[in-house]
Amino acid sequence: MTAVSPDVGASETRPKPSGKKVQNLTGGWPVAFWFLLPSMVGFLVFFLLPTIRGFYLSFTDWNLIGNNGKFIGLENYEKLAGDDQFYASMWRTLKYVVINIGSQTVIAVLIASMMDRLTRSSVIRGALLLPWLMPNVVVALLWLWMLDGSIGVVTEFLKFIGFSDDLAFFTDTGKVIPTIAAINTWKYMGYTALLMFAGLQTIPGTVYEAAAMDGATEFQMFRKITLPLMRPVLALVLVITMIGSFQVFDTVLVATGGFGGQPGGPVNASKVIYLYIYQNAFNFNDLGYAAALSVILVLILIIVTFFQLKLLRAGESDLA
Amino acid sequence: MEEISNMLREIKKLRLLAVLAAMALAAAACGSDGDDAAASLDEPVTIDYWLWDGNQQPFYETCAADFTANVQPNVTVNIEQFGWGDYWTGLTAAFASDSAPDVFTDHLARYPEFVESGVLVSLNDFVERDGVDVNQYFPGLAELWTSPDGDRFGLPKDFDTIAMVLNTDMLADAGISVDDFNNATWNPQDGGTWGELIQRLTIDANGVRGNEDGFDSSNVAVYGFGLEGNFGAFGQTTFSAFAASNGYQATDEPWADSANFGDEALIETIQWFADWIAAGYITPIEDVESLGGTTIFQNGGAATQTNGSWMISTLSGDATEVPVEYGALPVGPIGERRSMFNGLADSITTSAENPEAAWEWVKYMASPACQEVVGGGAVVFPAIPSAADIAEAAHASNGVDVSAFKVHVDEGTTFLFPITDSASRIEDAMGPVMQQILRNEGTAADLIPPAAEEINSILGS
Repeated sequence: MTAVSPDVGASETRPKPSGKKVQNLTGGWPVAFWFLLPSMVGFLVFFLLPTIRGFYLSFTDWNLIGNNGKFIGLENYEKLAGDDQFYASMWRTLKYVVINIGSQTVIAVLIASMMDRLTRSSVIRGALLLPWLMPNVVVALLWLWMLDGSIGVVTEFLKFIGFSDDLAFFTDTGKVIPTIAAINTWKYMGYTALLMFAGLQTIPGTVYEAAAMDGATEFQMFRKITLPLMRPVLALVLVITMIGSFQVFDTVLVATGGFGGQPGGPVNASKVIYLYIYQNAFNFNDLGYAAALSVILVLILIIVTFFQLKLLRAGESDLA
Repeated sequence: MEEISNMLREIKKLRLLAVLAAMALAAAACGSDGDDAAASLDEPVTIDYWLWDGNQQPFYETCAADFTANVQPNVTVNIEQFGWGDYWTGLTAAFASDSAPDVFTDHLARYPEFVESGVLVSLNDFVERDGVDVNQYFPGLAELWTSPDGDRFGLPKDFDTIAMVLNTDMLADAGISVDDFNNATWNPQDGGTWGELIQRLTIDANGVRGNEDGFDSSNVAVYGFGLEGNFGAFGQTTFSAFAASNGYQATDEPWADSANFGDEALIETIQWFADWIAAGYITPIEDVESLGGTTIFQNGGAATQTNGSWMISTLSGDATEVPVEYGALPVGPIGERRSMFNGLADSITTSAENPEAAWEWVKYMASPACQEVVGGGAVVFPAIPSAADIAEAAHASNGVDVSAFKVHVDEGTTFLFPITDSASRIEDAMGPVMQQILRNEGTAADLIPPAAEEINSILGS
């Protein structure tokens, strides 16, 4: 750990602001206000107000269709505490997050360091981003058809190379969550790798040169230099991707449940927390309970993020 | 088609988000404007009308044109059509944002939840004032739309029943006639003579039939019977006819406070289906979920299926390559056949700015003038008997014999669609359980009773 906080030194050497400069700063505020206004409006209208309203709704029995409801205090939260479906859907979501984030992060780190060390071709970089550029619904539909147990091109290929039957991916209770996790890993690994690649650019090339002079292999350099030095960016990427991963929804809605069935199937095997919230709001018209579930999900995500940042010491860099 | 409908669903979802954002705004900015426009037919007014069946849209366009030309010159009807899935999501969002259509096609499984939310207009006063004869429809149809409080929330437009759909090429190969099916009996022990027909129609990859020695149940090319879709809680097009012919009924009366899902008659029916799926005579539920039961049937993967009368034009249409005839449902242990009797109606929403004009349109659609136009389209059976006869004749002139569907109404062998105020929650409780049983991941006797209890506690609360 560094012994001296840079802030202390900086404040000592910083010149005292002259009166004119202070005036300039305050004079800048009206201008800044106008520049900030567009995004402030967006923040207020699309984020802050709905959040406050959602928090309020969680204490009501709001009916979505009737668009009315009354204050019922903590009733929704009491119901939630004893709701087996809530725990079951959280557990499914957790399984999804572990598989998705685990595989996605490992693959992305490897891709990023290969992009950094082996090739700088922008064509390859672009190709890696392609899945991320596709809309979620298209990705879900594409894989739904490719993995179909009867007519899917992937299942046909697997049968061709010797896999026997039982190749149902979306209609098998044990396979549906890993399948969705793998699809989203495929979709997001290029983007995640690019974020990490940007972080890798901050590692000075001289470090690698020195290691090469000492006869380190590429793998040793990856383990001893790349991984430790990319920790801050890794922490940031993990936080972003994990929050996104907890919110898996569209893939499940589009790709599960089959024809005319309820999404989340088969046998509720893919009913993740977002789908459960959606179902309460839009199938059961119970907007109040859906809001309470959402509030709890936000709390859980805040806690997860807090511990991630703490554990990975995201604010510090070993480069300093 | 499915991609497109899914994409539409996605677009609808985005629209929904916009609606929700707008809701937040509206709630923060202003209260609701409670002033109703004066209900009058003296000034030009446009009625928004929603329906989900694209096949019927042209005929209702004709009705709407006739309505404006002959009945109410000041009222113009604007018809919008959405696919089944998008329809209900869109309607929910429209209600939530106070932008619901004036009049919409309503379904028995959904309308109690709308009634509970207070977004439908009671038609009692209108019906009484204008002297609409609610006995002009097939018996029972009009009563389905009356709540326990006596309020009427829709006027019947059509009805549907279930029948066997038979691939006549495959029947001929097996030496089976449509009449063999018309005379068949079924029971949940050995499947009865109906079960024997299904076994004979099943062919494995080596060409061995289901009733012959050496039949390989793990490698079936053609299933004797195809499930139309997932069972769900009520199994309208799948198990309901079989369970009912075994003496089961889901609820004792409309709007009941408890249901009979724990009934042994249901449990043994569902278990029979699971056993026969395992034995290779009925399509595996996994295939049905991924491809859709009707797709499997139309591609020759199953020799027969049960389906609803609203599918006649799809199944017998020009575009299909499978030669289809319709047969009667099997006679069950109670000694009769049973088809679920479901009907649609048109409801007026509280969002209607001019309820008077909306009512005039509903009344016209529920009258012989419009129902005969719709019947002539040979898409559905209208709720008025004379118009239903027109539909049957129109089918006959297309060379399609639909008597297997209509016989239930003529002979009174129907049972009513179970109306409850919690259909979505019941589906949610029972649907996954059915999927589990049909996958043979548990027995009906173990899995149905707990779900049945859960449903009773939902209904009782």
